[in-house]
Amino acid sequence: MNTIHDMGGMDGFGPVEPEENEPVFHHRWEGRVYALTRAVGPWGRGREWPSFRYTLESIPPVEYLSMSYYERWFRMMTTRLLVSGLISETELETGYPDAGAPRPELLPSSNPRSLGAGLLDMDVPARFGPDDRVRARNLHPRGHTRQPRYVRGRQGTVVEDYGVYALQDTDEDGRRPLDRRPQHVYSVRFEAQELWGERAAAGDAIYVDLWEDYLEPA
Amino acid sequence: MDESEGRPVDRRGFIKDAAVGAAAFAAPGKLMADQTESHDHSHGHDHDHDHDHQDVPPDIALRVRALESVLVEKGMVTSAALDVIVDTYENRIGPRNGAEVVAKAWVDPAYRERLLADGTAAIGELGHLGGQGEHMKVVENTPEVHNLVVCTLCSCYPWPTLGLPPAWYKSSAYRARAVIEPRTVLSEFGLDVPEDVEVRVWDSTAEIRYLVLPERPAGTEDMSQEELAGIVSRDSMIGVARVEAPAGGPSGGDQ
Repeated sequence: MNTIHDMGGMDGFGPVEPEENEPVFHHRWEGRVYALTRAVGPWGRGREWPSFRYTLESIPPVEYLSMSYYERWFRMMTTRLLVSGLISETELETGYPDAGAPRPELLPSSNPRSLGAGLLDMDVPARFGPDDRVRARNLHPRGHTRQPRYVRGRQGTVVEDYGVYALQDTDEDGRRPLDRRPQHVYSVRFEAQELWGERAAAGDAIYVDLWEDYLEPA
Repeated sequence: MDESEGRPVDRRGFIKDAAVGAAAFAAPGKLMADQTESHDHSHGHDHDHDHDHQDVPPDIALRVRALESVLVEKGMVTSAALDVIVDTYENRIGPRNGAEVVAKAWVDPAYRERLLADGTAAIGELGHLGGQGEHMKVVENTPEVHNLVVCTLCSCYPWPTLGLPPAWYKSSAYRARAVIEPRTVLSEFGLDVPEDVEVRVWDSTAEIRYLVLPERPAGTEDMSQEELAGIVSRDSMIGVARVEAPAGGPSGGDQ
């Protein structure tokens, strides 16, 4: 989706501000949000949670920018728990289970053949190879995608074939296609000036990892 | 005004009381932590020492606590399991792992070759694979090429080798600017890359995570692998810093 998370190349955010001796978590609640997000993972099985990234990206842009990183995670996690009925608004507000509410149970996956996000040992033909000239397709899906806007329509060169991965894109409701469309992921080199014109230094380059569906021959 | 007066304190009452407590104690310190715990009579979170309330809207800390509380009571998570996850990333997994990889590559040419050819396998030799570091690509800085890692769409980062990312890595400014003006960003970190050195920016858009192999600084020829690991910074493995030789030589800066 074309919203604020896809911020590569934007101006106006000011300087990058590193912090000396930064703690891993600035506040106790940040660590709890991080840990809760990971610990509730198995409860999404069989409940068709919208994808993690889709849910983050669906936060309206004005709110997204006004929230801290772990506030976004908290919103993302509670959204998934609420839409799947694992908690209610009242429970979230009070911190106390609703009277008479049944204890949730872990479910088996609704799609036992579902592919994970990692490298797949599958024999899928590769459409491209190293040194091939490619163009990033001009795609604007309403769901989650890993093709950043700044490469769309731009030409680059395949540098490496990273192997076969399930496509992580979702539909406009945050769900991935059932077959996950396993395909090759390529490291594609874009000359910096192809992306940013004269603002970039000649000879510099941006390397972007792109699923085969995002590419066409140039 | 106190609607809960004379009634058993329910969770709604607890949240309300705790909010008043947090707002009343705008100053940091033990008093606040003690006071917060005194409101925590029905939860028993004896590890709750939130000393930084003054910087946080009290609301978010309370909402997170309410969520943890309800998920624990529904049997979906245990606080002990959450403690383990927090401890893992606060104390066990961090940039020391990546520094070990870099130092070994500096002293062991065969390892360096394996690392650049198959980062996943070579990092696996040292046991530093895992969540958000299952598939690793190591990119080497040389006199001709300087590498920089970013995730413009999110915050992707190699957790097993570097830990969780610093706030600046996740910031809008870094995500937005690293791809369009990497040299300006690098100069703000104090790193001026000469014009004749190529800057390569790696945007972590898929499932591969990146680690920069920085250049070994001159003057470190006599240092051991362990000593070298001690000078490799997190920032140098993201690509926003160089590794500097220690001022006084490998044994410290005393002379």
